[in-house]
Amino acid sequence: MATNVDLDTEIVSIQNLSFSRGDKKIFNDISLSIPRGKITAIMGPSGTGKTTLLKLIGGQLYPDKGSIKVDKKNVHQLKRSELYTLRKRMGMLFQSGALLTDLNVFENVALPLKEHTALSDSMIRSLVITKLQAVGLRGARNLKPNELSGGMARRIALARAIALDPMMVMYDEPFTGQDPISLGVLVKLIKDLNSALGLTSVIVSHDIDETLRIADYIYVLSGGKIVGHGSPEQIKNSDSKWVQQFMNGHADGPVHFHYPANDYHEDLFETQQ
Amino acid sequence: MQNTKTQDTLVGLFVASGIVALFFMAMQISNLSSFSDNSVYTVTARFENSGGLKVKSPVTMAGVRVGRVTNISIDQETYESVVEMKIESQYSFPDDTSASIFTAGLLGEQYISLDPGGSETLLAENGLIDITQSAIVLEEIIGQFLFDKAAEE
Amino acid sequence: MHFFQRLGNTTLASFAKLGRSSFFLTHVLSAIPATIIHPRLLINQLYSVGVLSFLIITISGLFVGMVLGLQGFYILSDFGAEETLGIMVAASLVRELGPVVAALLFAGRAGSALTAEIGLMKATEQLSGMEMMAIDPIKRIMAPRFLAGFISMPLLTALFSSIGVMGGHIVGVGILGVDDGSYWSQMQAGLDFQDDIINGVIKSIVFGFAISWISLFEGYDAIPTSEGVSRATTRTVVNSAFTILGLDFILTALMFGDI
Repeated sequence: MATNVDLDTEIVSIQNLSFSRGDKKIFNDISLSIPRGKITAIMGPSGTGKTTLLKLIGGQLYPDKGSIKVDKKNVHQLKRSELYTLRKRMGMLFQSGALLTDLNVFENVALPLKEHTALSDSMIRSLVITKLQAVGLRGARNLKPNELSGGMARRIALARAIALDPMMVMYDEPFTGQDPISLGVLVKLIKDLNSALGLTSVIVSHDIDETLRIADYIYVLSGGKIVGHGSPEQIKNSDSKWVQQFMNGHADGPVHFHYPANDYHEDLFETQQ
Repeated sequence: MQNTKTQDTLVGLFVASGIVALFFMAMQISNLSSFSDNSVYTVTARFENSGGLKVKSPVTMAGVRVGRVTNISIDQETYESVVEMKIESQYSFPDDTSASIFTAGLLGEQYISLDPGGSETLLAENGLIDITQSAIVLEEIIGQFLFDKAAEE
Repeated sequence: MHFFQRLGNTTLASFAKLGRSSFFLTHVLSAIPATIIHPRLLINQLYSVGVLSFLIITISGLFVGMVLGLQGFYILSDFGAEETLGIMVAASLVRELGPVVAALLFAGRAGSALTAEIGLMKATEQLSGMEMMAIDPIKRIMAPRFLAGFISMPLLTALFSSIGVMGGHIVGVGILGVDDGSYWSQMQAGLDFQDDIINGVIKSIVFGFAISWISLFEGYDAIPTSEGVSRATTRTVVNSAFTILGLDFILTALMFGDI
């Protein structure tokens, strides 16, 4: 599928990707491209494999067919050490935060710095405090993950994701289950960090309002294929039935209301054979 | 989580107590303390019947353990049991010493008891003990006893 | 036919699991040198795996030793052989009960905790998170725990056996009137350092290796749901028990069969 993105400025290039889990075809020959420096959203109903896509980009899963290139490197052909080097330049924010439970907030954010750099303790401390300040949780540095609320945990995870100043941050359902204030905070953070740090952001979400607010470009996935893509304006005015059902939250449409079953009448009045 | 210092101390104590327990087992429970001398020399003895003697059975002299049995085999020509034993180097005895197989206690294991002779020359490495007394086989004693009983009547 | 189909499936699945766990083991073993260089993580794990098992092992050892003293006394007095209580208690503990019971307790207490912890880390995406941060979870999480279990097991077994012997002493000599001197001297004469003590230690090392392997892998391989984690924990305890008892038989046959 052609995209309106200038190929030189793309940071992630997915070509003809196919991936199945068991019998289910999660991605069926899709191609998309993530432009540098912008916020790109990947949306669609739950179960379409949006998290799977992030894992494929990160090299945790291997595609059946097709290729994924990050910064012009084919992710799945890299050796383990090269893959790890690439991953250091990608930050990922998991849905649950995925903070390490045996470390406190400060140690969690410091972890990538300790593991991957040879910086002194005082330098690391300064960096961690800067990152925590950026997400507004500098005062929470000594708390443990189980003492944080969901929204706070996500912000700490965000601080950790940007600890090494990556070129790209991937957000897995950042808006799900958040109260309006936390939502506002997260949206603001994503937008500000993107422009302040010159990041590329990839947001996987099914939250329409928030995503439309900040995304520069949107891809809509459904049934293993891209059913629509474009700027928020273009998506809102799209004439694709899939996109319309998703955007407007119609209960029935190309994504059916009823799970496949046999005839209702027969089922209800079924007599013992 | 624990303060790191406390944690380190406890781990150190734990490892130390484990090692102490190992030493305790080695020293107090087993025969390690009497296991000092490692150098041994080999001596052979031939028995008509070595009975229930096993490899690792003790070899004693005057009740003191001086060595262990290391090999029991049969001589195909003389049909004797050839018993090889290792004696600790600190012990030496005359070359006319006799070796007998006794049983420790009523149901106990069998062992070799050495009875020193009067010779001037000492038994050397790979020496042979000539005078031996075989193990007592229970069935033969009972048979002998019954035979004697019958002979009386 | 259905039965055979299921049997075939189960067998194939078991082999696949065995293969996965072997890969896992080689990966963990290759990460051990790195762990020794950064001992902080190892010490943390020695604490939670070893130190926290100390109490249950020592108390159990004490009780087992005391029961051995009690039962042994009554059995031996039938033969007029009460004076051999010392070696009876010590031999039972050092050769068999020490390694096996300590290993079973360890699997139940520390092994299941390890599995649950790792399974939960998997379920909350901490393992994934680490991988995405280019931190190898095998190096950071698995190897220290494996090494800790491996080191702790022989130490705990020695503690169990030693305290058990003391327990036997308390009951036999202290309460039932066995002669103190006989208790120790018969023991020292009868137990061989090489045959008994070393073999017992070897057993505990082998058990430690097996339990650490099983508990780590079950956690790593668990289905990341609450039900999956609880089943993995159960599997750790059950599989460890089978493995310990099976290995015990094999090791005993190898070590003591040819005395």
